[in-house]
Amino acid sequence: MTENASKLQVKDLNFYYGNYQALKGINLEIPANQVTAFIGPSGCGKSTLLRVFNRMFELYPGMRAEGEILLDGENILARDVDINLLRAKIGMVFQKPTPFPMSIYDNITFGVKLYENLSRVDMDERVEWALKKAALWNEVKDKLKQSGNSLSGGQQQRLCIARAVATRPEVVLLDEPTSALDPISTAHIEELIHELKADYTIAIVTHNMQQAARVSDYTAYMYLGDLVEFGETDGIFTAPKKKATEDYITGKFG
Amino acid sequence: MEQSLTRTGKANAVKDKSFSRNNMVYRKRRLINIFNMGASTLAMVFGLFWLFWILWTLLRFGIEGMSTEVFTQITPPPGSQGGLANAIVGSLQMTFFGTLIGTPIGILAGVYLAEYGNRGWLAPATRFINDILLSAPSIVIGLFIYEVYVISVGHFSGWAGSLALSLLVIPVVVRTTENMLRLVPNSLREAAIALGAPQWKVTMYVTLRSAKAGVITGILLAVARISGETAPLLFTALNNQFWSDMNQPMANLPIVIFQFAMSPYEDWHRLAWAGALLITLSVLTLNIVARWMGRQKTQSH
Repeated sequence: MTENASKLQVKDLNFYYGNYQALKGINLEIPANQVTAFIGPSGCGKSTLLRVFNRMFELYPGMRAEGEILLDGENILARDVDINLLRAKIGMVFQKPTPFPMSIYDNITFGVKLYENLSRVDMDERVEWALKKAALWNEVKDKLKQSGNSLSGGQQQRLCIARAVATRPEVVLLDEPTSALDPISTAHIEELIHELKADYTIAIVTHNMQQAARVSDYTAYMYLGDLVEFGETDGIFTAPKKKATEDYITGKFG
Repeated sequence: MEQSLTRTGKANAVKDKSFSRNNMVYRKRRLINIFNMGASTLAMVFGLFWLFWILWTLLRFGIEGMSTEVFTQITPPPGSQGGLANAIVGSLQMTFFGTLIGTPIGILAGVYLAEYGNRGWLAPATRFINDILLSAPSIVIGLFIYEVYVISVGHFSGWAGSLALSLLVIPVVVRTTENMLRLVPNSLREAAIALGAPQWKVTMYVTLRSAKAGVITGILLAVARISGETAPLLFTALNNQFWSDMNQPMANLPIVIFQFAMSPYEDWHRLAWAGALLITLSVLTLNIVARWMGRQKTQSH
């Protein structure tokens, strides 16, 4: 892990839903320009952890996080952090495709316009760039004015990925991005994840163990709010250090 | 020996549960089904019977009273030629301004309740008061505007009528806006927020936009509701035999119908029927358009 600088450092992170503790003293370093996968059975806190990274949890009452998460050395859980700017730096793609009720073009520009003042030409370029990144350009280049809802599920999800990368964030969080998609769309998106890591640091939550093995460089296995094991994906899948991890990966449990 | 007995017993039990029409359990269930079906059909026919009778009467007398003069001439004194032009225009004007005043307030309040009202006591209290306003007798609204507006300016007016109508629009629009926004999946809000969008942009460009059809349906339903209201106009717009501007007492269909129908004059009766038909048809059309829009919305998703 020494060859990669860490992008996100999680230090003694505790998270509570009201009185229930969902994350227990998590310590973790997510390396820059790598894909880090979070696996574990339902309710283990992997999605919760992802939603702490962009402070999405703050939308709902009764949730709080304790500890520190350093993004390039700056604590993002500090009170004085501008939460909108933070979210612009850390993009997120969700389980279900969520195209906005507007054209494909406007879906991409929505996030860009929030922080950049681009000319018409530059904006067109940015849209093309983002859609190419998400491997969607060839399918939609003739219907940019059509509603985002008119696309298929897999295309919608790639549109959401294009939308997330269009704002050029530093980190991209993927919360089970392929769980609602068919195998072909899933393959598309996995390829994409592979290409995106040149420019972004990627954290992905997945229920699909093979997917974690295929796309990630590092894997974290979580169980009941604890980080059980974290390390290079090859190591985790071939020679896990802990019995619990091995049981989960080999399907004896979960 | 014992074992074989139980075995045949089990086999018999399976045989008894025959899938024939004579199966007792099935027959009983079918009878109950037929009875319930019949009872609910009868109830529906009973309800529809009155509705169609009303519509039929309205059509019969209304079409008789219909003529081009209804739309071109103003309300006549008894015994002379005339129409309902000033009442139609008055109703349109007051409905328009009532909607214009009430809709923005209603939408903003609905947005507050759905998007910002998740914590604290203000939103539940507002919701409760809005429900009371929704079911408040419209004559009370009329009296209220009479008390606070008509008395202070010293005369009845079209504006007073519009204000009273707008108070009826607000709770309907608040309610539908909130309900429609609540139907927007939270994942859509989160997706916009995850891009770093401030709350107002999320609401304006994402949630309100996906709920657009539903919100417009709500506005149309509110227009349908106020366009037939008599009570709130009684103490506010009153009536006028002639053309008037918004600062004068203003003619309107519901009150003209009331006045003409109560009169002993045959030609006034005919005009009252024509007016009643006009209102009913426009409310019916508005409702159908609103339904249609609501369906468009569910189809597009």
